[in-house]
Amino acid sequence: MLKQFGFLGVHAIIALSVPLLGIVAAWLLRPKKPYPLKKTTYECGMETIGDTWVQFKAQYYLFALIFVLFDVEAVFLFPWAVAYNKLTLFGLVEGILFVLILFAGLIYAWKRNALEWQ
Amino acid sequence: MITQAIFIIVSLFTLVTALLVVRHPNLFSSALYLVASFFGVASLYVLLEADFLAVVQVMVYIGAISILIIFAIMLSKGMMGKHTSPHNQQDRWVALAGLLLAIILLYFLVALVQWPTTPVGPVPANAIQLLGQDLVGRFVMPFEIASVLLLAALIGAIAIAREREI
Repeated sequence: MLKQFGFLGVHAIIALSVPLLGIVAAWLLRPKKPYPLKKTTYECGMETIGDTWVQFKAQYYLFALIFVLFDVEAVFLFPWAVAYNKLTLFGLVEGILFVLILFAGLIYAWKRNALEWQ
Repeated sequence: MITQAIFIIVSLFTLVTALLVVRHPNLFSSALYLVASFFGVASLYVLLEADFLAVVQVMVYIGAISILIIFAIMLSKGMMGKHTSPHNQQDRWVALAGLLLAIILLYFLVALVQWPTTPVGPVPANAIQLLGQDLVGRFVMPFEIASVLLLAALIGAIAIAREREI
């Protein structure tokens, strides 16, 4: 098992080093002649209007919160799905019941317009 | 031997990034270091051959909870300056108190608790499948209660966020 994760580790190291190599090579090769106009912030070639850090709408937080809950649900369903072929009918029904209980939550969120953008 | 070297590197990575979460002056950078620290913890789970826990760590902590924290930072006003992390003026005393507490706790955990030292045997290859079977078999009540708990959390979150519309 550890060996298989070792491949994952090697992949991670390669994936990290490719962009790092590019950045380091550019840092070594580029001429360094900064002047004020060059250092200004721009966006798609245009000058930015206002602050670059804007305050986000509070609505995002509700979406993130709902996402966390369904993410945890997915974690519980993952071993259930892996064991699918070995399950008894009882086990299958219990998993579906688990989804149905949370489906009630989704319907509640829908009814309260929590999924609408305002 | 190689495992031990990887363990030391991963632990150092986790500790350094965790320290940066606390010490970095910019709150947003702290949140990003927190993600790196979570990755270190996930790697530690992999080294313990607890691969399901590692997947949970990546999915829930890196995938969801860090997003929640980053959203919370971006929602708050006045968090976008250079020095946004609140600075503790008593940090030396806090460090001393933390170190003392760590020494006391480690003393109790290492010297006084009789940890079982017999090896528990290798992790079975189909561990996740066994877990799935037990979730809807032996532990079916906690499994369903977890679902109800998630439902309660969902309804609670929406009720608090949408309080004014009732």
